[in-house]
Amino acid sequence: MALELPENVVVSKLDSLANWCRKNSLWPMPFATACCGIELMATGASKHDLARFGAEVFRFSPRQCDLMIVAGRVVMKMLPVLQRIWQQMHEPKWCISMGACASTGGVFDTYSVVQGIDRFIPVDMYIPGCPPRPEQLIQAIIDLQDKIQNEGTITGEEFELKSRQATKRALIELPVIQTPVHLLR
Amino acid sequence: MAPTAAPTFQTHDLAHDEPVDYIWTLNFGPQHPATHTTLRLVLKLDGERVVDAMPDIGYLHSGFEKIGEHLDYNQYVTVTDRMNYISPMANNIAWHGAVEKLLGMELPPRAKYIRTILAELARISDHLLCNGAVGLDTGAFTFFLYGFYQREVLYDIFETLCGARFTNSYTRVGGVSQDFTPLVIEKIRTFLKTFPKTLEDMERLLNRNRIFVDRTKGVGVLTKEEATNRSATGPIARASGVTRDLRKDEPYLAYADMDFKVCCMKSGDCFARYLVRMAEMRESLKIVAQALENLPSGPVNVGQDERTALPDKGLVYRSIEGAIAHFELTMTNRGFETPHEECYSAIEAPNGELGFYLAGDGTDVAYRARCRPPSYIHFAIFPHLIRGHTLSDVVAVLGSLNVIAAELDR
Amino acid sequence: MLKTTTLEAMLAAYPELAVSEFRGGTRVVAQRGKLFETLQWFLCQRGFDLLVDITCVDYLNYRDAKDRFGLVYLLASTETNERITIRVYLNEPELSVPSVVSLWEGANWMEREVFDMFGIVFDGHPDLRRILMPDEFTAYPLRKDYPLQGRGERHNFPVLRRNQA
Repeated sequence: MALELPENVVVSKLDSLANWCRKNSLWPMPFATACCGIELMATGASKHDLARFGAEVFRFSPRQCDLMIVAGRVVMKMLPVLQRIWQQMHEPKWCISMGACASTGGVFDTYSVVQGIDRFIPVDMYIPGCPPRPEQLIQAIIDLQDKIQNEGTITGEEFELKSRQATKRALIELPVIQTPVHLLR
Repeated sequence: MAPTAAPTFQTHDLAHDEPVDYIWTLNFGPQHPATHTTLRLVLKLDGERVVDAMPDIGYLHSGFEKIGEHLDYNQYVTVTDRMNYISPMANNIAWHGAVEKLLGMELPPRAKYIRTILAELARISDHLLCNGAVGLDTGAFTFFLYGFYQREVLYDIFETLCGARFTNSYTRVGGVSQDFTPLVIEKIRTFLKTFPKTLEDMERLLNRNRIFVDRTKGVGVLTKEEATNRSATGPIARASGVTRDLRKDEPYLAYADMDFKVCCMKSGDCFARYLVRMAEMRESLKIVAQALENLPSGPVNVGQDERTALPDKGLVYRSIEGAIAHFELTMTNRGFETPHEECYSAIEAPNGELGFYLAGDGTDVAYRARCRPPSYIHFAIFPHLIRGHTLSDVVAVLGSLNVIAAELDR
Repeated sequence: MLKTTTLEAMLAAYPELAVSEFRGGTRVVAQRGKLFETLQWFLCQRGFDLLVDITCVDYLNYRDAKDRFGLVYLLASTETNERITIRVYLNEPELSVPSVVSLWEGANWMEREVFDMFGIVFDGHPDLRRILMPDEFTAYPLRKDYPLQGRGERHNFPVLRRNQA
């Protein structure tokens, strides 16, 4: 069955279309805790200009974001907050662990620093460096875009979204961050 | 603008009174754009007015002082970089200033001048970001971008000098890691020529900007007595009329040879703090220009015979004496011989008095490396400053205090 | 630097203070019972209006140390630019000193940090609780008998997987 298509029509898979949309409109959630946050700011500022790669819309509300950039070390007191924010973000979502501290704890092998956030939340891309240069962050975002284009599906099977029950259970099991009693007095 | 100067709300002693049902609690942070990094406030609000603020910190406590008891005097400088990451050069200089005081070491003049230049460049970069962030939080995004562009120029200077953009780790015990090259001096000279114009542009953008002045003038007032009583130092104390500046009062490095003014204001509000920082950048430029003009020649490290400063890399790779000296200093238990004493040494960092209290125990590792962090002490003033102001003033006051979370929590 | 007049006045008022010098700084060792009085004297009589820092040193492994903790008060004067270090030695189980928040408001958080890191109690402090570590933390991390890597507290959290959020 021969079908005449106009020149401006492209045939593709639906998955690939969805991925193409997703990868070119990443909205980062800057979870900037320490020094890497300054390089994150430098990446967004005029010289390096993250807008060239379609990922410049920094949103500080996790509900609006799909890419979490953890920039800086995460400590005991901060980790429940990080997990909470990760849960608040909508699917599909990705996580970049920026810098040595977020990836492995870096030089801070001490009593309070978590030795790598990947022990507690899923991470898609690691950036080495202490702190990484803005070019490295841009490269990581480009690589992540490749990953999204190649691996994603429109139904989000790579995220195992069908296991809704597990999600609910996790939400119940996670400790709720409560304001200490003395602060509520 | 409020019609009356004095706030008309009723005060409550929250610790003891019965809870009042129209006072509500707002959680601010720890992940919030205006906290810049990680700090948390629990605000008691009466409508839009802040009745009380309770800071909750420690969201970035990484045990810096504990690490200081396990790394030797040259290694720990990398960790001080991550302390106040807006101006790491100042931290490096403060740390090694304290170590050299403990060891009783006198720097060669060139090293002193180089450190002075870098401390002032660090001050400029710190004030640019701090004032830029105040602008950003009060709605002046352009101002922030102007500041950040100049910071990139400074990053470039630091990178040419030591290879890292802002985690420099530039100083060593008894000197610095690399000497100035002609390229660095040329870049600093170019910066000295181009920066005043940007500074003028920045001042034109905000100094008479109606929105900015309305949002910062009269907000977060700290009087002179309160500033001293609450241990404020640096630009925050000087904006309240305290004339203390360690560069003048206890001249360290090469500050005794420099001609500069101490910038003070009397009103002690956010606007005064902004103006003091702007004025200090001009004075810093003057100091850098003078130091660069009179830069002495000579070595940048104390004599190698004393086996205290790490030898030049060229010597390490090409001569056996250099290799031995390097090896002796970096081997455990073979490095420095420190006295069994304790001392405190402070510098005037961009943020205030940054000091280190060191206890030596004979080895090359500090027995106790206490940092006196200005951010920590300034953030303790915050609840006092914000009481009675509106919720939108929280970000202006926070920005003007220049609280850096890594220095706050360490 | 401390002026000689201040030093003479101090020795006249408190002859029992042990004075030492190191690299141009004057250190004074005060008795635990007279600490508050001494600090008050420096504030009110000699105008040491700036409390620079309060910190503590744990002398557990220190050579020739007789006492467990050394509490350090760094004072300065904004008028005369003098500095003085006042130390007081503490031993278990009497790990408490009077709070100086009534003299310097700035002492509030400094004392809380010393309490958090070393477990030294400041009597009369308005709000003495942990400041940097979480409330449920039990150890005092800057004591010398606490290991650098901690006792496993840092990994005591639930783990989130891909399909759990």
